[in-house]
Amino acid sequence: MDVLLEPLSFAFFQKGLLVATLSGALLGFIGVYIVLRGMSYIGHGLSHAIFGGYAAMQLFAAQLYVLGAGLWGIASAIAITAVARRSRLGADAAIGVVTTASFALGVALFSKFGSSGPAFDNALFGSILGITNTQIVWLIAVMVFAGAVVFFRYRELLFTTFDPDVARASGVHVARIEGLLMVVLSLSILVTLTVIGVTLVAAMLVIPAVVARMLTDSFGRMLAISTVVGSACGLVGMYLSYYAGVPSGTMIVLVGAAVFLVVLGITTLRRHSHRIIVDDHAPARATVKA
Amino acid sequence: MTNAAAEPLVTLDDVSAGYQDVLVLHDVNLTVRQTDFTGVVGPSGAGKTTLLRLLLGMLDPVAGSRITRPDLRVAYVPQLETVDWNFPVTVMECVLMARTEHRVWPWPSRAERRDALSVLDRLGIKDLAERHIRELSGGQQQRMFLARALLREPHLLLLDEPTSGVDVNTRHDVLHLLGDLHQDGMGIVLTTHDLNGMAAHLPHLVCVNGHVVAEGSPREVIVPSVLEETFGARLEVLEHLGMPVVVDSAHPLRSAG
Repeated sequence: MDVLLEPLSFAFFQKGLLVATLSGALLGFIGVYIVLRGMSYIGHGLSHAIFGGYAAMQLFAAQLYVLGAGLWGIASAIAITAVARRSRLGADAAIGVVTTASFALGVALFSKFGSSGPAFDNALFGSILGITNTQIVWLIAVMVFAGAVVFFRYRELLFTTFDPDVARASGVHVARIEGLLMVVLSLSILVTLTVIGVTLVAAMLVIPAVVARMLTDSFGRMLAISTVVGSACGLVGMYLSYYAGVPSGTMIVLVGAAVFLVVLGITTLRRHSHRIIVDDHAPARATVKA
Repeated sequence: MTNAAAEPLVTLDDVSAGYQDVLVLHDVNLTVRQTDFTGVVGPSGAGKTTLLRLLLGMLDPVAGSRITRPDLRVAYVPQLETVDWNFPVTVMECVLMARTEHRVWPWPSRAERRDALSVLDRLGIKDLAERHIRELSGGQQQRMFLARALLREPHLLLLDEPTSGVDVNTRHDVLHLLGDLHQDGMGIVLTTHDLNGMAAHLPHLVCVNGHVVAEGSPREVIVPSVLEETFGARLEVLEHLGMPVVVDSAHPLRSAG
């Protein structure tokens, strides 16, 4: 029990634990849409793009970093769309160009005008040091916003994720819904950036959702499981980070990866044993759908 | 049929359309009414799906005009091959996607569930309502999408290759089902490349190959000259039980003797 209670005697850890758990829940929640839409690369790219804005704001107006990095992220998303539409490049190539350029700009700004010390590392790999009450308020506000968007736009989001063409033909404003999702995604990355880190946010968008997908065939349950898995990874990862003395983001992602491997193993074994049982009772050519 | 049913639902007037710089269809003149049960036939890349997208309003003409009836409610059934069957939804969840308008709560109301079950019952798949969509056969998948479309209570139903990849029995089932819906007063337009199995059974055909080559009844349209312009190959037409039957004579079989 001391192992769990001892770190809580530090105020910075209490805040870090709260933010990591909430961040994991938020990224797990939104990640369901990102994974099912095949947008994992956008999540990866946006987090890198936002780093450019984060770096610029750290140097010139650190207290406004949420605003500046948020606008930078939205500008990057618009630039990706523009490059993808106006040229014969695919969206993945456009993401590769725009977001890595933005990331490189952030690194250049840090190197030229700032320091490449702790602040730089913290932005890349996450840190629980120096989390302010304002950051916690922002995180909770974005969680409420994301929850409200999903609650009030549940069926449109589901329809546009499953079948955007038919959704459009059925009168759903697909572009508006996708824009709303991009705003939620950008804001989610922004408010979790400090504790998870730029390079690792994408992993926490993907891993809990993939774990949940392996465990259920129901969309509603997938949302719930992914949120719980994300928050559990944040919580456990924070403790391991404290005791191992490594950046919080790395441990949170490693816990997620371990959960993924365990669930993958269990579901593979279960499917394999189910197949054997069915084969015992079925004709030679019977198969079981995965 | 009432006079209102005979009014045009969608009219394409000298319409040209395509994607980016590539024009797929040009100078299309076509009127769709609630009394129509139409098959759009043509080879791959002829513009069949593009024509559906024009009728749906998912694609804007680059030239010409599209006029739709102001209160038009349209439903669309996509090709089965385009769907991610591993997507985590049940049949009921999929069908209820049709009801997105004026929704505040994420969960379905009792009335919505009742309506959805009623449509599923009519299509003979009520018992599958809580199954995952991956567990359905090809015919059941097609019925599920029809159920989703019918829940919108559309004036016009558009289907993209509804019999592609399904067996003969399912094809007959789908065709009869569509026939019943048409009898109930629903306008239907579907694309198909299945001339004998599907097109010859429909009352009205539109042959497409970059433009509308011909339209009319199967007897008017399934003739060698129209088929040659549509498919770019000489196709022989025979008659069997009063129906035109197309024989591919472009590559004649080698004589056994």
